[in-house]
Amino acid sequence: MKNLSSRIANRPRFVKQINTDFINLWRSVSSVKSACYFLFLIFFLSLSCNKKNSSQTEISFWAMGAEGEFVQKLVPEFERQNPGLKVKVQMVPWTAAQEKLVTAFASDNSPDVYQLGNTWVPQFSALGAIENLDAWIQKSLTIKREKYFEGIWDTNVLDGKVYGIPWYVDTRILFYRKDVLAKAGYNVPPKTWEELYDCSKKIKAKLPAEKYPIYIPTNEWAPFVIFGLQANAKLLKNNNSYGNFQSKEFQYAFTYLINLIKQDLAPLSASQVTNIYQAFAGEYLNMYISGPWNINEFKKWMTGDLADKWMTAPLPNMSGVKYPGVSLAGGSSLVMSGHSKKKELAWKFIEYLSTPKVQVELYHLINDLPAVKDAWEDASLKDDIYLKAFYDQFQNVVATPKIPEWEQIVFSKLQQYAEYSARGVMTVDEAMKAMDQDVNKILEKRRWMLERNNK
Amino acid sequence: MNSTKNNLKALVFFLGPAMLAIFVFFFIPVVSAFVISFTDFDIYSLGNFANARFIGLRNYTQLFEDPLFWIALRNTFFFVILAGPLSVTVSLFAALLLNTKLVKFKGIFRLTYFMPVVTTLIAVAIVWRFIYHPRFGLLNYLLAFFHVNPVDWLGDPFWAMPAIVLMSVWKNFGYNMIIFIAGLNNIPSDLYEAATIEGASWWQQFKAITLPMLIPTTLFISLITMIGYFQLFAEPYIMTQGGPLNKTLSIVQYMYQEGFRWWNMGYSSAIAFVLFFIIFLGSVMQTLIQKKLKHT
Repeated sequence: MKNLSSRIANRPRFVKQINTDFINLWRSVSSVKSACYFLFLIFFLSLSCNKKNSSQTEISFWAMGAEGEFVQKLVPEFERQNPGLKVKVQMVPWTAAQEKLVTAFASDNSPDVYQLGNTWVPQFSALGAIENLDAWIQKSLTIKREKYFEGIWDTNVLDGKVYGIPWYVDTRILFYRKDVLAKAGYNVPPKTWEELYDCSKKIKAKLPAEKYPIYIPTNEWAPFVIFGLQANAKLLKNNNSYGNFQSKEFQYAFTYLINLIKQDLAPLSASQVTNIYQAFAGEYLNMYISGPWNINEFKKWMTGDLADKWMTAPLPNMSGVKYPGVSLAGGSSLVMSGHSKKKELAWKFIEYLSTPKVQVELYHLINDLPAVKDAWEDASLKDDIYLKAFYDQFQNVVATPKIPEWEQIVFSKLQQYAEYSARGVMTVDEAMKAMDQDVNKILEKRRWMLERNNK
Repeated sequence: MNSTKNNLKALVFFLGPAMLAIFVFFFIPVVSAFVISFTDFDIYSLGNFANARFIGLRNYTQLFEDPLFWIALRNTFFFVILAGPLSVTVSLFAALLLNTKLVKFKGIFRLTYFMPVVTTLIAVAIVWRFIYHPRFGLLNYLLAFFHVNPVDWLGDPFWAMPAIVLMSVWKNFGYNMIIFIAGLNNIPSDLYEAATIEGASWWQQFKAITLPMLIPTTLFISLITMIGYFQLFAEPYIMTQGGPLNKTLSIVQYMYQEGFRWWNMGYSSAIAFVLFFIIFLGSVMQTLIQKKLKHT
């Protein structure tokens, strides 16, 4: 772990390192250098020897970002309820989390319990890093499938086996400027794609040229996938082993969103919007499809006169289909290391974090929305006007294809081709054809593995 | 006989630790990366080695058919060719200015010019993102005085790379400047005295004394600058993430993405070795030029 974290810390200095190596005259430096290497080696060895000595009643828990910072506050109560037990919380920054967890697994140093973004569950299950939790759930009184939102729970299920317990949830909904939409004749937010388009057109007509009705950044893949799913597109085919982005359904949805950008209803370049909240406050942007992490930011920026000028709503759908339209099942899950020697205790801790009371506490600490439905009965959640849209939306969320390659497909390919299409470098047809080619290349390994498993 | 034995002992004693460290931390990783570059080592293989296949040269052939690789290669060359000479010229110019007798408070200027080199790139990037901002940016504000329309520096496919070049040159020139100053101080002053007596102008002195005497320094600087710039990573990684339209995607960034974002270790290793080969060729070329210049 030491080795890795120091490498990460050094990353931005790539260029410089070469220079310094050269300029410090080799001969005089190399002796000092070798001494350093040697000390480092000894240090490293001693470190790895120490590792195994942690006590039998202490479990390690890794959490990311804000969770890592604040979950510590939930630990004392757990330790009070379970005398003798200790939880060691390690915070991992989101940007390095995946790298660290994979490396920890590779060196057999995985924490007993850790937080995983639920789109990462397939990857870590493919690695064989995380425990199948079915047997544990069967015995449990606290954790039951029906206590969770269906779509969210499903993100943790692979081939019928459960690998993670939802910890907190998120999804994408519509944030909008109430007053601006009202001026365009929309006292209630758009409920269909047609209304959304019409509404954008009307807003644009009332705004100066540099302001936009809606924000569809091409470096966020979620809206493209959501609209595709709403149009009934099957994103991948043949047991998720081939791309299916050329399908009529996906192209229809994709074209719809790209046209919003091409018709100047949404800004083209993400760099124009450094601060989305400020842009909202200044009416530069008036609708944005985003997640619960933005609620507090909006509250912070939309103050004074603006305080009651914004609202949240579930996503529109294609016309003639039930409202709200489907959105993505996001959030984080709690998983248990398959190599853990303290699974009993680890499970106890997962159960503790899954009680409604602790879930509400987590919401109070960092506004993470509870995964357990009972927790939503708490007044602080029930009476929040901005959260109602989320609760409604959670009834209709689905998981993205549950394969390890999914993140690469959307982050590196879908976003790229969305940008190419929006900037007119490619037509939608060309872009989706190239997209499928790339996706098929990415999935080559998966096809090979499926075939081998079938033999 | 005894002395060679002692020598050997001393050799082992002094070199041993360094050799061991180099073997463990350099030789083994490089060799294993080379082996991995002939496999399709990926996330499936991390968990179970049986999932890795030996695929011969397929990573390399695939690489040469990969449009993103060529884009990254072109961007990197564009960066090296534009930023390299620019960086060296600016450094030389700054060094010459600081070396004239007219300049007072040299220490302060040297410190100021060197400051960007030691500043964290993250901090620099934040400031430069504001400078480049299309609506509130300082650069567009200044250009407005010359009636230039606002440019979306980091969002425009044409301007994004030049914007990165400008920032990198600004951040790095101080370092080479210090070496140039050292080089300038090594030129014997009697050469200038003799030239002055002969009645040579400043420009003649510069052409006939300063530049030729600086050739070794310049070659050294251009070599390390080239090697450093070929490994362009942090600047676009922080400023643009490779966008817009992949116009600022660099080789190292592509390698990093493939390796540590998508866990295609085999493919990523292949990129690393291609990059190594390119830098190796570049260094050999520079050394040959250096030799030739020495002989003339």
